[in-house]
Amino acid sequence: MKIQQISMFLENKPGRISEPCKILAANNINILTLSLADTQQFGILRLIIQDWQKAKEVLEREGFIVNITEVVATEVEDKPGGLAKILEIIEKEGLNIEYMYAFTFRSGDKAVIVFRFDQPDLAIKALQSKGINVLDSVQLYDKANQ
Amino acid sequence: MSSFWHDAGSKFNPISSIDYLPRNFLEDIQLHRLQNMVKRVYDNVPFYRQRMDENKVKPEHIQSLKDIKYLPFTVKTDLRDTYPFGLFASPMNEVVRLHASSGTTGKPIVVAYTKEDIDVWCNVMVRSLSACNVDRGDIVQNAYGYGLFTGGLGLHYGVETLGATVIPISGGNTDRQIMILKDFNVTVICCTPSYFVHIIERANELGIDLKSSPLRVGIFGAEPWSEAMRQYIEREANIKAFDIYGLSEIIGPGVGNECICQNGLHIFEDHFYPEIIDPETLEPLPDGEEGELVFTTLSKKAMPMIRYRTRDITSFYNEPCPCGRTIRKIRKISRRSDDMFIIRGVNVFPSQIETALLTVEGSTPHYQIKLTREHGLDQMEIQIEVTKEMFSDRISEMEKLQNKFVQSIERIINIRANVRLVEPHSIPRSEGKAKRVVDLRKI
Repeated sequence: MKIQQISMFLENKPGRISEPCKILAANNINILTLSLADTQQFGILRLIIQDWQKAKEVLEREGFIVNITEVVATEVEDKPGGLAKILEIIEKEGLNIEYMYAFTFRSGDKAVIVFRFDQPDLAIKALQSKGINVLDSVQLYDKANQ
Repeated sequence: MSSFWHDAGSKFNPISSIDYLPRNFLEDIQLHRLQNMVKRVYDNVPFYRQRMDENKVKPEHIQSLKDIKYLPFTVKTDLRDTYPFGLFASPMNEVVRLHASSGTTGKPIVVAYTKEDIDVWCNVMVRSLSACNVDRGDIVQNAYGYGLFTGGLGLHYGVETLGATVIPISGGNTDRQIMILKDFNVTVICCTPSYFVHIIERANELGIDLKSSPLRVGIFGAEPWSEAMRQYIEREANIKAFDIYGLSEIIGPGVGNECICQNGLHIFEDHFYPEIIDPETLEPLPDGEEGELVFTTLSKKAMPMIRYRTRDITSFYNEPCPCGRTIRKIRKISRRSDDMFIIRGVNVFPSQIETALLTVEGSTPHYQIKLTREHGLDQMEIQIEVTKEMFSDRISEMEKLQNKFVQSIERIINIRANVRLVEPHSIPRSEGKAKRVVDLRKI
């Protein structure tokens, strides 16, 4: 049920973020979504990419530090209160969110929230037991390509 | 009065009379002390005995000062390898003080003093202070760090022995330094030259005019500094700025000092026998040629040093000094024959940084040390290339790692460095090997 996320180390200086994007473009690799966390000195770029193996390979070939992180993607109604409902479940279970980010598909009325949990398996179980749709990678990219 | 005692301004002081001895008298003293010392270490320090046996030299082979060349060299790693007390020549019940400074890797190096050694130290410090025209009645603000570092206590007891007034303020807290300097009518300040530049700049910011204060002498050491820096300090603070030289392994501050001629540092040769050698061939060089400074302590009891390689590059002056002192002079230290650098008066080896990084990661990442100077204060940034093993997708983990590096470095060298995590291959490599230290300071 987990999704593979590409995590990259970048220095916080002009032009650094465009570099991996250019490499991926040159290899015809599409980015579904991304999120950037940064400090004054460095940033961590997180990418959701269908062909993550190939993305990892080409980025590493160019000398980037790339890790694969397992994240949890849940579908949520794209309307007020949609996210709050999920967060309530997580809170009640006492689960810790390392970070999260959201995006929407081109079509449909659902948004996707990507979570990085300490204990992803426990989180998946808790969310599913409360009727939340946790997307596996097949579902995620099917929806994305619709 | 003999021409040897010709005096170009400083008052003749009995305690420094040895500085004006005719050379042949001085050399008699040196040889006598050298022979005693060599015999003593041969009998008391297994390390030296073994080294001398390996070199097939016995104490009785030392018949003249020139014979010193038969003695083995001692290097900093010998102090590390015999850590902590392996080079002591006196029993512990005669040792009255220990100091320590950072070694080349994790462990510090330890130096020891008997009561007599402390007296020698006070004696050379008094001669240093006298050479800078410091006397009773002077109020000396000692902003060298007190503690294991020899700078603080070395200066301190020298000033007391001379009979001047010492203010043991130690380093740091610049605003308080300036307040005391002004309120106590300080006439002499001792610190690193870069720290005094910082004091000047801070005083200007506070609107305090050092030029019109009673401050008249600065004794600056523990790091290299240029003639340009001296001119700046002398102009901005309206003082005379003198260079003091020393190293813990030999005794601490007071191995040598400039006189009022401000042209070279007199070595207190009756206690510390200087040689200048070719750092490659290890052969003694003719006077005047540039090479590595080597010292043999002639009178130290607790921890004598035989031909200790300082790694400092300098040369002897051939001409007699106009001040009348007959003890030899060396030129200001310009550079070193190893990769050591000095930051805020503290000696640092890249290998220490390496050890610190190794402790955190289990392997040494690619790194570079960048030295800059902002408002007289040295800044050190360690750039570390992130590896796959270090990298986490979580900012908190990366910051934790950064802090671990900072703390590990601080534990070893006692200085807080800025650690910057950088991308792999962003540190330039030359001939496959990176330049470890980039010094952008204007000295």
